[in-house]
Amino acid sequence: MKADHCKADPRGVLTGTHFIDGDHACCEGALAAGARFAAGYPITPSTEVVERFASRVPTVGGTFIQMEDELAASITLQGAVWGGAKAFTVTSGPGFSLMMEHIGYAAMTETPCVFVDVQRGGPSTGLPTLPAQADMMQARWGSHGDYEIIALCPNSPQECFDLTIKAFNFAEEFRVPVMFMMDEVVGHMTEKVVIPPADQIEVFPRKHTHKSVEDYLPYGTNGGQVPEMAHAGEGYNFHVTGLTHDERGYPNMTPPVQDKLVRRLQNKIRAAADRISLFEEEQLEGADVVVVSYGITSRVAQRAIEAARKSGLRVGKLRLITAWPFPEKKIRELAAKVKSFVVPELNLGQMVREVERAAAGKARTFAVSHAGGGVHRPEDILKVIVEASRCQTA
Amino acid sequence: MQLTEIRVAGFGGQGVILSAILLGKAASIYQGAYATMTQNFGPEARGGACSAQLVLSDSPVLYPYVTKPDIMVVMSQEAYVRFAPELKDGGTLIVEQDLVRVSDTNTNKNIQVYSIPATRIAEELGKRMVLNSVMVGFFTAVTHLLDADAVRKAVADSVPKSFLDLNLKAFERGLEFGAIALTAPPSTTDAELQLEYSPE
Repeated sequence: MKADHCKADPRGVLTGTHFIDGDHACCEGALAAGARFAAGYPITPSTEVVERFASRVPTVGGTFIQMEDELAASITLQGAVWGGAKAFTVTSGPGFSLMMEHIGYAAMTETPCVFVDVQRGGPSTGLPTLPAQADMMQARWGSHGDYEIIALCPNSPQECFDLTIKAFNFAEEFRVPVMFMMDEVVGHMTEKVVIPPADQIEVFPRKHTHKSVEDYLPYGTNGGQVPEMAHAGEGYNFHVTGLTHDERGYPNMTPPVQDKLVRRLQNKIRAAADRISLFEEEQLEGADVVVVSYGITSRVAQRAIEAARKSGLRVGKLRLITAWPFPEKKIRELAAKVKSFVVPELNLGQMVREVERAAAGKARTFAVSHAGGGVHRPEDILKVIVEASRCQTA
Repeated sequence: MQLTEIRVAGFGGQGVILSAILLGKAASIYQGAYATMTQNFGPEARGGACSAQLVLSDSPVLYPYVTKPDIMVVMSQEAYVRFAPELKDGGTLIVEQDLVRVSDTNTNKNIQVYSIPATRIAEELGKRMVLNSVMVGFFTAVTHLLDADAVRKAVADSVPKSFLDLNLKAFERGLEFGAIALTAPPSTTDAELQLEYSPE
């Protein structure tokens, strides 16, 4: 255990073995991680997360506010963070679109928080009750300007619990908004979820400053990349603004300050990308084809991978647990060894472009697209794996 | 347990989803297997079509949906008409006897049919609401898929405390009814049972 971690507050941890869906597991993960505030506006298929939070959080000492819309929800939670709470909001595509401005605000002001997006079919209101994975690029690029976020993709209710904790821990460690990219299937799927005792759950505490009021600089980094926080009402002077700001937090709209600030916002994530990029790999050694997938699609793809192996093909698996920052180093290394990548996803081509970019022509990339509303048929993925195994290396 | 696909269907308010939760919980928590449950329902809270899909296996379940169910539990005629055709050849069909009339067209798939007047039994016990516990008990008896003890535990920790005894009683009634159904001569339609338990 690293020194800067501490243990979960047992009041928020529902230790035991449960049979619950991904939405509920995500809520329990947030409570275990120490979230004591959520603001939200209900939207299918994400509502169950905050529904459970609203009934659970009063028993552990916290607040849920149902706001008038997603814009309000996504900025209210940031007020709570500056007040000292760990906070999150939960939504789906249409609401996620409305939150984009405030995701940029959280990135610029370095407000640690978590945005849960239970993805459904789009664009617009699309398919309220049916799955998609078509918000992956929006999660990365939805707000304007140069910034970095972290995005995680669970593929089971158990991971909805485990990775929600990780999302909060990353948010605190890097002072960044973390996108928790679920999908309708994972959110509404019920499976066994084991919640360990609180003393086995590591939680990253708020990076609160130890400096005196006189010495504290809200955006001073002491040579590191991530500044320390002070909360409202503690006597520290601070100024939180979406405008380009100096170390004191005051607006300073000059090119040198902009350059320093925006590069740091990017570098604090990029420099740690290897540590943040989580993935699950299987039989990559000697593989001709590597299937890259995430979320529910990774489970459907597994069936195709196993069928392909049975027929003698050498197929590896790379499941992205972290989608952003994209594990480009891993893809680059693999591209030098394999013939091709196959990327099934519930959209018409999003993460596949990242795979293609990172492969840089060294291996071919095949998409298995799906417009959403259901999951792939494993045989459709298998067909492309077979095709990809026969292709000539570029 | 090899991979077993189960669909439970009926209308909202019958406890369709809870039935699937009880079976999935029994398998995954009390019997050491893996279970994945997904659900579909209309916008109505009660009375709309409602179905749950449950996949059980000894190894982790990958594909979350039911493609060709081995076992189907139907509690309404609408659900029967809609879902029965997808039942696997040689599969098991469990029906709410008073609410579903099984047609002969299914017999050529060599389907084993078991029926139970679960709603009536629940009403006799004092609360129609426990019909799903009756159904789950019946399911346990006729399919031999899950240990009765595992399902009993799942029922016990899933229902409200004030209705615990009633639900356990309902579960036992379903279990007994299933044991009797197994000793009865095999039937591919429920015509005989219809007569035997007809309310008139």
